[in-house]
Parts: sequence; C-alpha cells; structure tokens
Amino acid sequence: MEFLRPATWQEAVAAKAEHPSAVPIAGGTDVMVEINFDHRRPEHLLDLGRIPELSEFDTDSGSGTVRLGASVPYSRIMEHLRTQAPGLALASHTVASPQIRNRGGVGGNLGTASPAGDAHPALLAGGAEVEAVSVRGTRLIPIDDFYVGVKRNALAPDELIRAVRLKTATGPQQFSKVGTRNAMVIAVCAFGIALHPEVRQVRTGIGSAAPTPIRARAAEEFLAAALEEAGLWESRAALPPAVARQFATLVSGAANPIDDVRGTASYRRHALGVMARRTLDWTWREYRGAERTESCA
Amino acid sequence: MRVTFTVNGRQASADDVWEGESLLYVLRERLGLPGSKNACEQGECGSCTVRLDGVPVCSCLVAAGQAQGREVTTVEGLAGPEGELSTVQQAFVDAGAVQCGFCTPGLLVAADELLERNPEPSDGDIREALSGNLCRCTGYEKILDAVRLAAARTEGAV
Ligand SMILES: Cc1cc2nc3c(=O)[nH]c(=O)nc-3n(C[C@H](O)[C@H](O)[C@H](O)COP(=O)(O)OP(=O)(O)OC[C@H]3O[C@@H](n4cnc5c(N)ncnc54)[C@H](O)[C@@H]3O)c2cc1C
Ligand code: FES
Ligand code: FES
Repeated sequence: MEFLRPATWQEAVAAKAEHPSAVPIAGGTDVMVEINFDHRRPEHLLDLGRIPELSEFDTDSGSGTVRLGASVPYSRIMEHLRTQAPGLALASHTVASPQIRNRGGVGGNLGTASPAGDAHPALLAGGAEVEAVSVRGTRLIPIDDFYVGVKRNALAPDELIRAVRLKTATGPQQFSKVGTRNAMVIAVCAFGIALHPEVRQVRTGIGSAAPTPIRARAAEEFLAAALEEAGLWESRAALPPAVARQFATLVSGAANPIDDVRGTASYRRHALGVMARRTLDWTWREYRGAERTESCA
Repeated sequence: MRVTFTVNGRQASADDVWEGESLLYVLRERLGLPGSKNACEQGECGSCTVRLDGVPVCSCLVAAGQAQGREVTTVEGLAGPEGELSTVQQAFVDAGAVQCGFCTPGLLVAADELLERNPEPSDGDIREALSGNLCRCTGYEKILDAVRLAAARTEGAV
C-alpha cells in the first residue's frame, strides 16, 4: 500500500488521475473501519486531510449559495450552518457521536453513498449539487442524479468531490431519524423536508428505505399544489389535517424498504408516515411563526 | 513509512509503519503508550479516544499517516509531570467511576475536553459529550457524578 499525501487540491486531483483506484480518505470513519476489518486493501490511500480548502465553507449571502467543503466535519456544520442549511445541520447532529462528528463529513458520506447516510435526506430536500472535479474539469452533479445504486454514486474514477453547493435556506427545514437511541445509531429510516417559499416548492428526502436515498416526489407535488390552491403560502394559515395526512401517506408510499436486522419494511413505511407528518407540522409552524415575527417587527 | 508527530507535548517518530495502520496501533504498539485502549476498532466504543490538534477523535479511525506533523494528546498526557492526577482523573477516583477501567482512558480524555470547552456543563451537555464512550460496568451514573464533581472543583479553583 502507498500513502499519498497531496498538499494541495491540484496535487490531489492529479494523483487521482494517475491512480484512479486510489481510495480517498477524509475523516476515515468509513475507510478505516474497512481497513481495520480487512474488508479493503487499496493499493493507494489518498489522504485529503492536508488540503485546507476542503475544510472550509463559504456562506456568501450575495450568491444565495452555501459552498460546503467536502471535509468540513459534522461538528462544524452543526455549529455554523444552522441558519443557512438547517436541515443538514440537524442531520449532522444525529450522526454517531462527538468523536465521529469531529472527523466525518459530507464528502465521505457521499463517497460511501450508503442508503442510511444521514446527510442524504437533507441534501435531497435542500436541492444540493455536488461539485465533482478531475483533471478534465469541474462538473456540478444535481443531487437527484448522484445516487446510482446501493453504495454507488455518479463519480467517475478520476473524480474527487471538492464541495457541495446548497441554496441558502429561505424557509424552514427539518430532519428526523428513527433509531434505538439518540447516539451511535444507523438510521432505521430517516426523513428530511425543506420548504422553498421563494419558488413555492417543497422538497423531501428519504433515507434507509430504498436501495438509494430518494425523494418522495408525489408527496412534494401534492403538498405544493395544496398549498398553492388554498393560498397558504401567502396566508400562512393552519394546514388542513387532511393535507398533512395525504402528504404522510404519499411519503410512506414512495419508500421501497426491505426487512433487515434494524427493522421490517412495514415498520419503515409506517415510521416514514409518522416522521413526514411531524416534520411537516414543525416546518409549517415555523413558517407561520416567521410571518408573525416579521409583521410584528 | 515513517510517521512523526507530537504526542503529549513531545516529538515522537515511528518507523516501518504500515500505510493502513491506525494511529491507535502506532500509539500502543510502537510508541509505548498503551493508555488508549483498543476494543472495537470501528469507532463504536470510544475507548481509543485521543485529541488530535485538540479535538477528540477515535484514534482507531485515524490513519497513522494522517497524524503526521500534528499534535496528539492521550490519557498519558493528562497527569502532571510528577504523576499528580488531573482534576478529572482525581474526580473519577473519588466518585468511584472506575470498575474494570477499560473505558476510563477514553472517558477521561472526552470529559477533560468537555470541561475545558464548557466548565459548567449541564447534565445534557455531559451526556452528549460522553455519548461516544461505552462503559460495560458502571451504569454511567458514577461517571456522570465524576464529571459533575470535576466541574465543581474546577469552578472552586478559579
Ligand atoms: C461508529 C460509527 C458510527 C457512524 N454513524 C453514522 C451515522 O449515524 N450516520 C451516518 O450517516 N454515518 C455514520 N457513520 C459513517 C461515517 O461516519 C459517515 O459516512 C461519514 O460521513 C464519513 O465521512 P469521512 O470523512 O469519515 O469519510 P471517509 O471514511 O474518509 O471516506 C468515506 C468514503 O468517501 C470517499 N471520499 C471521502 N472524501 C472524498 C472526496 N472528497 N471525494 C471523493 N470521495 C471521497 C472515500 O474514498 C470513502 O469511499 C458512522 C461511522 C462509524 C464508524
Ligand atoms: S477502539 Fe476505537 S472506538 Fe472502539
Ligand atoms: S469500567 Fe469497565 S467498561 Fe467502564
């Protein structure tokens, strides 16, 4: 095995082009488990830990975008991006333990592309783009096209993730996860929702309930239409219970879960419905509350 | 490969380190610092917790090469030069927070960092800070007592 230690991003991208089978290592919280247990013996480990810009984020409000370096650890996302990327900040807080959150980040979560990765529902709901870079150039992969199979993503062998771009939140976002305890839990299933009032859209993300992280598109479209029809984006009136119920049913129906050691398929479908209803309730209350503070101010 | 970093304030080097080796292995097997414990090697138990550039991490999940040039603090770095126990260590002894002791080094490092960051933690803060450290003996109550005691003593000393 060879340990490659690029000092700059250009060197890292060049190293990946030269050794396409090299395994990037950022926080190491997935890679080292595989190495410790002999599940992986890469010829080259490509350490990304010395590239400062991967651990930086940019919330320049002028661009309306949060550009999150691939290696920014979850603990810093929780702390600093609560306002700009609330869904991802909430999801980050549910990952593992402080020790893991101090090392692991979104680039690694995307690299592993596990259906149970907690960043995915938030990235799907937030409408993220993945900045993939190779010596050939940079492309922005819409998050909807990123997950291509169980633990498979759309990166080419010579590509590295430089950053993730998220629209700065303009409305409430929520994340919810089912597990046996609060810390150190792989999601039985998870759900993210984001209201995008400026474009009158709702986006969602479902984790651990299909071969890849997915959106509940029918539920999104139904809710956006219901809000539009009743003029609720403007009036910010209470949400009719029938709308919340139908939304939950559609979220539950979007899932394609399996039975496994963490839970049965039918439990997952049920739990997703419950999480969908709750998170919608939380986000809608926050949306209504925001109006009140604004008009009071 | 050769790996050089600062551990508990001293420069240390290890030779013939395998590229896939963990920082935990280097500390225990190559640098004679067996305080950090190896239980799960998969980030679940926290018994290998050390500070890397001040931040608590599972040393079993840090590749040795990633520690090159960095600063590592292990449980061996907590006591004073004459072996005087630190406030957190003394509190663990006094509160009876140690049974078999296997989890203790990791908990000490995590608790020490918590109190440095947050000298008056709530119970919720303590639980969260220690949520990555498993103990199979104590039932955690005495560990919580120890951290509260250390916090009270730290406050008293200021
Ligand atoms: C005890 C424990 C508990 C965990 N709990 C959770 C949990 O609750 N929720 C959750 O979502 N995850 C959890 N994980 C998994 C892991 O922590 C996350 O997936 C984390 O986001 C990985 O980030 P990392 O930086 O450590 O990745 P690494 O291990 O460094 O890398 C992971 C993968 O991504 C690739 N990669 C890394 N960076 C890049 C890049 N810039 N470009 C291209 N590829 C890249 C690597 O080659 C590798 O394939 C847990 C892991 C452990 C050990
Ligand atoms: S040995 Fe590292 S967390 Fe268990
Ligand atoms: S004292 Fe035995 S594991 Fe904690």
